[in-house]
Parts: sequence; C-alpha cells; structure tokens
Amino acid sequence: MKVVVFCKSVPDTETRVKLKDNRLDKSEIKYILNPYDEFAVEEAVRMKEAGKVDEVVAISMGPERAREALRSALAIGADRGILIKDDVLDGSDTYVTAKVLVKALEKDGAEYGMLLFGQQAIDGDTWHVPGQVAEMLGLPQAGSIIKLEVDPDAGKAVANRLVEGGEEVHEMSLPCVVTCRKGLNEPRYPSLPNIMKAKRKPIQDYSIADLDLSPEEVGKAGSFTEVLSYSLPPKKEAGRKVEGEPEEVVQALVKFLKEEIKVI
Amino acid sequence: MSVWVIADQRNGALRKPAFEALSEGRRLADQLGTNMEAVLLGHNVEGLCNEIASYGADKVYLIDHELLASYNPPAYARAIGDLIKEKRPQIVLMGGTMTGRDLMPRVAARVGAGLAPDCIKLEIVDGKLKATRPAIAGKVRVEIGYKSDIQIAILRPNVFEKLEPNTSRSAEVEKVSLEPSDLDTKQKLVEFVSKETGRPELTEAETIVSGGRGMKAPENFAIIEELADLLGAAVGASRAAVDAGWRPQSDQVGQTGKTVSPNLYIAVGISGAIQHLAGMSSSKFIVAINKDPDAPIFNVADFGVVGDLFKVVPLLTEEIKKIEAQEG
Repeated sequence: MKVVVFCKSVPDTETRVKLKDNRLDKSEIKYILNPYDEFAVEEAVRMKEAGKVDEVVAISMGPERAREALRSALAIGADRGILIKDDVLDGSDTYVTAKVLVKALEKDGAEYGMLLFGQQAIDGDTWHVPGQVAEMLGLPQAGSIIKLEVDPDAGKAVANRLVEGGEEVHEMSLPCVVTCRKGLNEPRYPSLPNIMKAKRKPIQDYSIADLDLSPEEVGKAGSFTEVLSYSLPPKKEAGRKVEGEPEEVVQALVKFLKEEIKVI
Repeated sequence: MSVWVIADQRNGALRKPAFEALSEGRRLADQLGTNMEAVLLGHNVEGLCNEIASYGADKVYLIDHELLASYNPPAYARAIGDLIKEKRPQIVLMGGTMTGRDLMPRVAARVGAGLAPDCIKLEIVDGKLKATRPAIAGKVRVEIGYKSDIQIAILRPNVFEKLEPNTSRSAEVEKVSLEPSDLDTKQKLVEFVSKETGRPELTEAETIVSGGRGMKAPENFAIIEELADLLGAAVGASRAAVDAGWRPQSDQVGQTGKTVSPNLYIAVGISGAIQHLAGMSSSKFIVAINKDPDAPIFNVADFGVVGDLFKVVPLLTEEIKKIEAQEG
C-alpha cells in the first residue's frame, strides 16, 4: 500500500511579519516544513516501519522553496517527493489547491491507501484543503486525529478525532483522508545520515501543463476567493503592571475585575 | 438569495457557536433585506426548530435521518451541499466548532463555492460578502472577497454577538429527505469517548484560567482549578505544561493547541511565547500573573501582576469568595 503525505512550506513561527503596500513582504521570511505536516509524515513513516505501508510519497505545491519542505519530509523517512511548481499557481485559493493536488494524485497513479495532511498550515490556518480533496475524491475523512490504527488487509482504519468534550472514534474504509495534529505522535529529529540520504531521494517536478490544467483554471483566475488586503491587527495599548506585596496587588486586580471589566 | 446558517447540534442540543452564527446570519439578512434560513441535521431533532426560530430564522430546512445521528463527514456534506446546489442561497454560515471546521470545506468543494474560515468580521460590500480573518498565527488580518455566487464562511467562536432569543418568533419548517448513498457507508462514528470535566469548553468559554511552566508541578493546578470553578471558567494550559505531561493535550492553548477568544483570559505562570500568544491574543481582556517582570505576556496584558503566583492566586480566590459572600 502506498500512502501520500501533503507538505507545505510555511513561514517559521518566530518570523516577524512585515507588510508592503498591503501585501506580505516575503523578503526576510525564513521557511520551514509546516509543523502539523511533520505529524503526518511521522505517522506515515511509522506505518511503513510497521510493515503496513510499502511506500510514502510526499507532495508539495509551492514555489522553489517548497523543495526544502519536501527534503525535510524525505529526511524523516518519506521515499520520494513530488513538487508542483508553476508561476501561474500564485494566488490560488484552497479550492484550486485541492484541485491541483487531486490532479497530481491522478498523474502519479491512484492506488493509494491513505492521504495524510496536517490539520492546518500555520500560515493560512484555513484547515480547508484536506476536506476539499476528500470531497473531490469521494473519500471518507477523519480530521484532527490523535490516534490512528490501520489494517491494510481488512481495508480499514480507525481514527480518534479530538473534539470538544472528548474524542470521536471514526471507522473508515480505505482509501481515506486523515488530518494530523499534536498528540498523534512525537515527530523525530532526522539524523544526519538520513538528512544526507534525503538529498539523493528523487523529487519529480510537475508544471500545471504536466497535470493537464490550463492557466485559467488555477491561480487567481481559477479561484472562488481572493485576498483583498492584508493589515496588521490593531495594536493593543500597553496595560497596567503592578508590583508589590501580594495583598496590595490582589486588591488592585480585584478592583480591575470588579469595577473595570465587571466579571465579578 | 437568502442567508443560510448551518445550525450545529450534538446529542440533541444546539451548540453555542450555532447561536452566534444564527445571530450574525440574521444581521446580514437584514442588511440584504432577505430571509435568514437555517439547516438542521440530525436524527430526532425536530424539537430544536423553535429554538432556532427564536434566534431569527424565517425558515428551517430539517434533514432528519438515521445516517445523520452522529457526525458523518461524507453524509453531512452531501446532505447540505446538495440542498445548497438546489436552493442556491447567497450566503452560508456555520460556527467554527470542530464539526464546522471539518465539514464546511467538504461542503464548499461539493458546491464549488468560495470559503473563508475563522472569520472575526463579516460585511456586505456591493451586495457581496466580505470576510475578515486572522492568519499567520494572528500576526496579520486578511480581508477576503468572493468571486462565487454562493459565499460560505466559518465563524470563529466567541467573537460574534449572540442575539437575545425571541420566543414569540416562529419559522416555517421544510422537511428534506435524504437518499442514502454508497459513500455514507464508508465511514461511521462508532464511539464517543467523553472527557467532560464539567467546565466549559475552552473555545466557547467566557473566562479562561490558564497555567504554564510557572506552575512547577501538576498538582499545583488545583489552585487554577479552584479559581476557574469560582469564575465558571475553563482551564487552559501552555504548551510547556502540556509537554511536561501536567495537563491533557485538549487543554493546550496556542499554535499547536486551541485558538480561544474569551472575554477574560487569565495567564498564570505563562511567559507568553509567540506560539502561546497566537492562540489567545484575540481575548477581550488579558490578565497576567508572573514573577518575571520582563515576561512577554505583559506586553499583551491589560492588567499584569508581577508576583509569586502561589501567593497571588489563592489570595485572589479568597478575595473573590469574600465578595460573592457579601453580595450573596
């Protein structure tokens, strides 16, 4: 059984975000493999190590820098990568992204047992693409999972979704879509030999022409939504800070809670 | 060209984000001079229609079927998506519960419509929806415009104001049938493992008391829990406290945990790493208690207490108890 993991190159959390003409100024951003995708890659590689999966394929759509995200996935243990890279993809919304990923799956051959995603990418934070891909392919899906058991012979998976007040346990037939989050596993730090080995693993490049898509179907032109503008959130005014004897500071805090924001 | 709201229920009870979405749907419908209509899915849930009407729905589409008794993503998406394709509302809203965030992408893909998640503001501009949402860990705000005729949005819980219900209102109820399909049988919710604490859900709580590395040991969270219970608050935790095994994963607030927007967030012994701020900086009021005067949490706090949390928190609990006793 082959499984596919979807990987996104995203700005490092520590990056300071700057705007230029209401657009993101990307010049000084440092990029990493989306941390949520690490849980997905780790889970796929563990399935392979447990003998349940024969091959782990990592797919990314993005500019050239997304190759580094794929290399990170290959260093964790994915077998090969696919990079969908085309200038006309710039400005694609999540619907277009899902459409392109589905095309790439078709191109690569459709005999996958599972599609694994991160629950969200830490830049867009939409949580959209996995569900959109699942619907386009008519597959069952379990989002935000913290436990997964796969039985390839029975063609089944059982996944626990972390939801409000507990866990939903979903039983699905394969192939299925899962989205991974913290609590599912502890992603490993790739060893130096594995990082070196990852450099020799194959990455296949696809343009949109390779996927039988036209420029009008992707990017801004093919999207249902568009970003009108970016702005910085309103700056919070500096609050008060009190220091002193516990009795005094607590009195001041109680006064704030009672008289100013009226919660007690 | 009406405004629709998917009214999220679980175990026969409507969820708080559903009321917020209904209320916002009513406001948008009034702006557009059109109807607000709700979609209710489940099994044996017809009794909820009156409550939905009291939040301003003119009509309720009721899809009541065994298959929909618990959350089934393919079946839910098919039921809602096909109804949208048939009736073609202009706007479709749903509250950002774990169901809403999971389900609406499927619905939007089925319909072929634009979707904006985690919205904190919705407006009508030139007759179309415009959505505002945070992105990149809350560091930017993004304004999203739609090109599709049908415009779908997911609302961040605890942001949109809930209307006062008007129980004299009633709504027309239209029952919609659902024909089972092969896809529905590919998935089944087989069990719900309850982890109820008796406290409010983090994403829906008015007040949250969170503890971090400064708590030093899991048993010390007792003082957080006592304060939280006094305030009717949820208990949260920083990543450090979760990674140390002091609190369950479901309590984590921040980038790899939950995003919350309570009225009041009390951060106890939390330094305020950027990953934590990403999950709570949209709280209306923030109180920080920390012994380090340079902790970054103070940069976002409306009220900061520099001091020993093990003295300050129990004293605060005591003082609040006194006030409540006085006020009876």
